[in-house]
Amino acid sequence: MTAAIEVENLRCEFRVHTGLMSAEKRVIAVDDVTFSVPAGSVLGIVGESGCGKSTLARMILGLLKPTAGTVLVDGKRLFDLDRKARARLIQPVFQDPFASLNPRRRIKDIVALPLEAQGTFTRGEIDRRVAGILERVGLSAAMGERMPSQLSGGQRQRAAIARALVLEPRIVICDEPTSALDVSVQAQILNLLADLRRDLGLTYLFISHNLAVVEHVASEVAVMYLGRIVERNETDALFREPGHPYTKALLESVLTPEPGRGVPDIGLGDVMPDPANIPPGCRFNPRCRIAVERCRHEAPTRMVRPPQGMVECHLA
Amino acid sequence: MSALLEVEELQVTFGGRTAAVRGASFRVEKGETHCLVGESGCGKSVTALAVMSLLARGGHRSAKRMSFAGTDLTSLSDREMARLRGNRMAMIFQEPMTSLNPAFTIGSQMAEVLTRHKGGSRAAALDRAAELMGRVGITAPGMRLGQFPHQLSGGLRQRVMIAMALMCDPELLIADEPTTALDVTVQAQILRLLANLKREFGLSILLITHDLGIVARVADHVSVMYAGEVVERATTAELFRAPQHPYTRGLLSCVPVPGRVQRDKPLGSIPGVVPAIGAGFAGCAFRSRCAHADETCTRAIPRRPAGDAHDYLCRLAPDWAELQPA
Repeated sequence: MTAAIEVENLRCEFRVHTGLMSAEKRVIAVDDVTFSVPAGSVLGIVGESGCGKSTLARMILGLLKPTAGTVLVDGKRLFDLDRKARARLIQPVFQDPFASLNPRRRIKDIVALPLEAQGTFTRGEIDRRVAGILERVGLSAAMGERMPSQLSGGQRQRAAIARALVLEPRIVICDEPTSALDVSVQAQILNLLADLRRDLGLTYLFISHNLAVVEHVASEVAVMYLGRIVERNETDALFREPGHPYTKALLESVLTPEPGRGVPDIGLGDVMPDPANIPPGCRFNPRCRIAVERCRHEAPTRMVRPPQGMVECHLA
Repeated sequence: MSALLEVEELQVTFGGRTAAVRGASFRVEKGETHCLVGESGCGKSVTALAVMSLLARGGHRSAKRMSFAGTDLTSLSDREMARLRGNRMAMIFQEPMTSLNPAFTIGSQMAEVLTRHKGGSRAAALDRAAELMGRVGITAPGMRLGQFPHQLSGGLRQRVMIAMALMCDPELLIADEPTTALDVTVQAQILRLLANLKREFGLSILLITHDLGIVARVADHVSVMYAGEVVERATTAELFRAPQHPYTRGLLSCVPVPGRVQRDKPLGSIPGVVPAIGAGFAGCAFRSRCAHADETCTRAIPRRPAGDAHDYLCRLAPDWAELQPA
């Protein structure tokens, strides 16, 4: 099977000024990330805010040029393709459907825009495709006539999904697609995304901070911490037997609806990760409750973890 | 047990037309955590603001009864209410950055709470601030007192808000989605902190959330809100074991539970959206989304008891077999 997304040694650096007199600082947002996503599968990416998951998504979408490393989408180098070809291949769905839809255009015009931008479709063809995709995501033709402000959060996210799929891309990058939605609506959208993937043979990169959601949708999960993937494995294996102490803490912090269990002590302390000050050794060591001396000065190397995964920890 | 906060038949309207809260009733017992749970627009935040007398301009509240520690809140003047607020009842919000003044140091904002309500010197207030910051798990409180809100992380800011709410030793803490803007790891830490503080300070907490996972882990009692009404009330254990209202059941089926995931099966979901409730609306507000709805749902709906501290608003009789303790 060919890989839909192949990322190799990907790195992204930003230069930031922290103050008037202080020197320029380098922030390494994504550091040596390598993975591949087989066509038709779903890779979930989890991590706290600032771990680089959205930066990674932007590089895979071709919106941000990597400092180093390569991204192959459907076997092609993104930066060799022009914008139109890229748009036919890979599309995003973002978190906030209130911000991602133009408030001054009708839903059907918003959904039609990717087709118009291609410049190769006739008006009739555009109308036919827009009507088809709106119906497919569960929006009536009457909804297409409305403005985004006249739609609920769930309906707007359906419109955003319609816009992403109208060019029939192979790959969709979902960046926290349900985080701004209520649980009942979240379930509707997750079910819709699952149906669309099955019916259209799509590949998803699914970014979320909600591990329960990721477990539900992803076949494989990568855990990011301060720009690196610290663990990656098949979903069931990762949830059953997490290898990295950070993955364990993330799993423990999921509050399942089970009364009487209380809130667990995940033992991460109150040091927050700062991508401008990555600690020496293992980058997780200041928050790790099992860290030993070695973790403070020697960075762990990538180790194989059965059945299909990897982990970066001296003690895993 | 006696109730610290009692709310009966609370109504809130905006501009005389939109009914945000339509007859909500609940009690917060002393020393317990009571959760108001529901989706956006169900009226849970407006309920809390109405209790605190903090409704936006144009908001109007009325209630059959609204009492706090024996005091009738509806009869208090603005002045008397201001004396209570931040003092005996305190509130924290979702986004700590917008509740802190960016132009003042953490220390001066915290000290003001105490000197305003209890008098005393600023130095003594700063000592108390430093002590409470230690209690909520902020390291190096002395340094933090001199910092500005933007210098703190989101989790630290929420800890500061909690410490600030505790300055006058309140009896009731109202927390409106206190962890929604935070990472899951920080969320667990903050919720653990609230649970510890409840025990140490004998606090009662009214926690507003949309997250059933949080409800299950921290609440003693739960009120489920839908379209401005409390549609089901129960102890936490019973609500999760034997939910009776179709909305509560639907909501519970929407939540993916780790370890019990069936990836090829769809999640449960509730079709449709929350309806807009206009003046003159009668009957069950959930009927347009409910699989059990029939014509009787357009008439007045009885509140049905389903046990000691359990009742719900529905035409359907309770499932007693399900309600038997396991």
